[in-house]
Amino acid sequence: MGNDAVFRVDGLRKSFGPIEVLGGVSLDLHAGELTVLMGANGAGKSTLVKIISGVYERGSGTMSLADQNFAPKTPAAAIRAGVVTVHQNINDGVVTDLDVATNLTLDRLSGSGAPTLFNSGRVRREAKAVADRMGLMIDLKARISDLSLADRQMVAIARAMAHQPKVLILDEPTSSLSSAEADRLFALLDRLREQGVAILYISHRMSDIRRLADRIVSMRDGVISGVFDSKPLDYEGAVNAMLGRKIHLDRIVARNSARPVLTIDGLRIAERSSPISLTLGDGEVVAITGLVGVGKTALAETLFGARKPLSGTMVLNGKAYAPGSTGEAIAAGVFLVAKDRGENGIVGDFNIQKNISLPFHRRMSRLGVLKGRVERAIARRQIGELGIVCRSEKDEMSALSGGNQQKVMVARWMSQAARLFILDEPFQGVDISARRDIAAKLRASANGRATLLFVTELDEALETADRILVMSEQTIVGEHRNADIDLERLLAEVAGGPLHSAA
Amino acid sequence: MSSGWVRMAAARGHAIRYGFIVLLFGLIAYFAIAADGFVSPQSAVFIFQSVAITGVLALGVTATLVVGGFDLSIGSVATSAMMAAAYVMVVLEQNAVVAVVACLAIGVIVGLINGWLIVYMRVPDLLATLGMMFLLVGLQRIPTEGRSIATGMTMPDGSVANGTFGAGFLALGRHRFDFFIPNLIPVSVVVLLVLAVLIWFFLEYTRFGRMMYAVGSNQRAAELAGAPVKAYKIWAYVISGVFASIGGILLAARLGRGDIASGNNLLLDAVAAALIGYAVLGAAKPNAFGTAVGAVFVGVLLQGLTMMNAPYYTQDFIKGVVLVIALVFTFALSGRGNR
Repeated sequence: MGNDAVFRVDGLRKSFGPIEVLGGVSLDLHAGELTVLMGANGAGKSTLVKIISGVYERGSGTMSLADQNFAPKTPAAAIRAGVVTVHQNINDGVVTDLDVATNLTLDRLSGSGAPTLFNSGRVRREAKAVADRMGLMIDLKARISDLSLADRQMVAIARAMAHQPKVLILDEPTSSLSSAEADRLFALLDRLREQGVAILYISHRMSDIRRLADRIVSMRDGVISGVFDSKPLDYEGAVNAMLGRKIHLDRIVARNSARPVLTIDGLRIAERSSPISLTLGDGEVVAITGLVGVGKTALAETLFGARKPLSGTMVLNGKAYAPGSTGEAIAAGVFLVAKDRGENGIVGDFNIQKNISLPFHRRMSRLGVLKGRVERAIARRQIGELGIVCRSEKDEMSALSGGNQQKVMVARWMSQAARLFILDEPFQGVDISARRDIAAKLRASANGRATLLFVTELDEALETADRILVMSEQTIVGEHRNADIDLERLLAEVAGGPLHSAA
Repeated sequence: MSSGWVRMAAARGHAIRYGFIVLLFGLIAYFAIAADGFVSPQSAVFIFQSVAITGVLALGVTATLVVGGFDLSIGSVATSAMMAAAYVMVVLEQNAVVAVVACLAIGVIVGLINGWLIVYMRVPDLLATLGMMFLLVGLQRIPTEGRSIATGMTMPDGSVANGTFGAGFLALGRHRFDFFIPNLIPVSVVVLLVLAVLIWFFLEYTRFGRMMYAVGSNQRAAELAGAPVKAYKIWAYVISGVFASIGGILLAARLGRGDIASGNNLLLDAVAAALIGYAVLGAAKPNAFGTAVGAVFVGVLLQGLTMMNAPYYTQDFIKGVVLVIALVFTFALSGRGNR
């Protein structure tokens, strides 16, 4: 690897309103080298990519491409200059109703110098040239909608490469690919690397990273928190730098539980994944941690009846538990605070009171008619319990901060007694004080139920849980009591490393 | 400056909230002065009667709008029910009860099919109900080979249909209840008012109505809150179908025959009333009270203008103007449309 970077970012800053998302990021990319960028949700990866690809304007700092100043005003300008980005959502990169040939030459249809008439013969010739250069083996006449996701991805990348870029950025390109499909992508990336393209590869998948990385850059809270480029690469170090560990941890006293609430035996949530077995006890707070995409949400939804397991059994309160719907799960006392509250939790047209009462209408009504006074009293009680900052229970959700919105979601599910209380990424997009409030509330009220959290950030698990389970590749690979944790072993399990023989 | 700003925002809020109601009363006041005899019980009853059938349909379609859907088939459900009522009584020579039951059954069945198409076959709501509309418009012509149904008509096989509309059935269209003045309020107006109160109470005060609004606002959140979302959606289309078939019964009772050419405007008028309803009280969402007010608003406007000798062919234009203004109220001024 050469010392002269083909692409250089220096001191990049970006704020949205009062929130600083990038706090001075510096990054070098070298020709013929694949750099992996790791970072948890909200670390600033997407913002960085969007600035480089000309979607956002930067706040301050400089970027240079081959020692020339690089300041794209639009995505098109970035592509012309030689920096090409393949975004996460594959279908954003292709027009599904058109054929492969047209897709491969799509960006030649507009812009100055483009011919007015659509000449399908010329399009096919140009497309063939593009496809041949990339070794693309796809029928040019096929419609994109008939192709697999991997093929669509290949088309998007091939078109991007037709500009012969110096820098290629891939944002979680394998997130919706099967492993065989991913292998084809990797082979293509190997070829591009040999051709001298500098590649920035954003991913959470450790298997991808082990396969591809020449170098790993970890990002955390808007800054680069670690650069790893000496072989062999320090994967655990990279994970640690990404998930980090703040010094000022509030030590919690880990509790043990004797009475089991939920017992899971041989539960499989994905094809070819190992079965999961675990027991959750009364009064216990258990956190399941792991990287994005290892199956945390799938497990949460399986426990909540929103998804069916492939096999395995569950026992809740000593009785067989196999919820056929979310309604059955709720009736059995299993509640889920779903992740991405805007999408899965908040009813935008409803005020705070109506959002809190949503799952428990039946318990608040007689002959189907809602008892307004009961509903209001519960909402007021919950607003007080969780310290939600608002004028009244009639406030619209959109008037609340992210932290308070999340408190409303937690308040909703804490308004009735649960046997198993599941929270999926409850601290996502939540400020530190709201996070502390929620965690304290969870621990204080833990008796009488089992509490299960799914978190990507290690800090959050260490701050709230009595027991920490590690998930990797759709199964549980490690268990730690939250007292004198062997952090090295835990990080190795998160990274799915060879230190640990797979469970 | 800030207090001025607050006052302005409050004024704007009031304008959005009460604008349409104020407009309605302004309109009534204007016609009271400008048109002789506008303010009289008879005139008021006439207004309600003129919007009764579209109003019933509009209340039904409101239910589908609440769950985030749409029902374009209501007009054709109403005319199909009308034709079915006529066919049952005139051709099959059955009584009024059988006719009413047949009509309601049509409403339920069409609602179930619409719901099934949308929920299980994943056909987009507008397209599914558009298809159903075409299907019904065609279907209602088949039994009589495209002819209207009236007593004494000749059937395709040459026989003569001798059945008659039962007196009880015709009373649905012609009987008037005493209300201070003898023979004042027609049955159709009573039906409209009763259904309006029922659906309003159902949507605003029962847990089923509340969950229907949740489904319309965030389907995924409703599902993760334990609601059987598919069932709620199908029920909404059944409600819409049944209301439309009740509208069809009233139409048949009013006409006294199965008129193949009537009911062309029902769909558009009903949808307009429901959409105007979004603007009432600044709701910016489908609501039964707004729909009722919307229907009455259109009725008042048309009755007033007719009494001032505005030609009949301007009516659709005027309805269109009202609808566009109402939609601007809803989406631009209240700022909720762009979410």
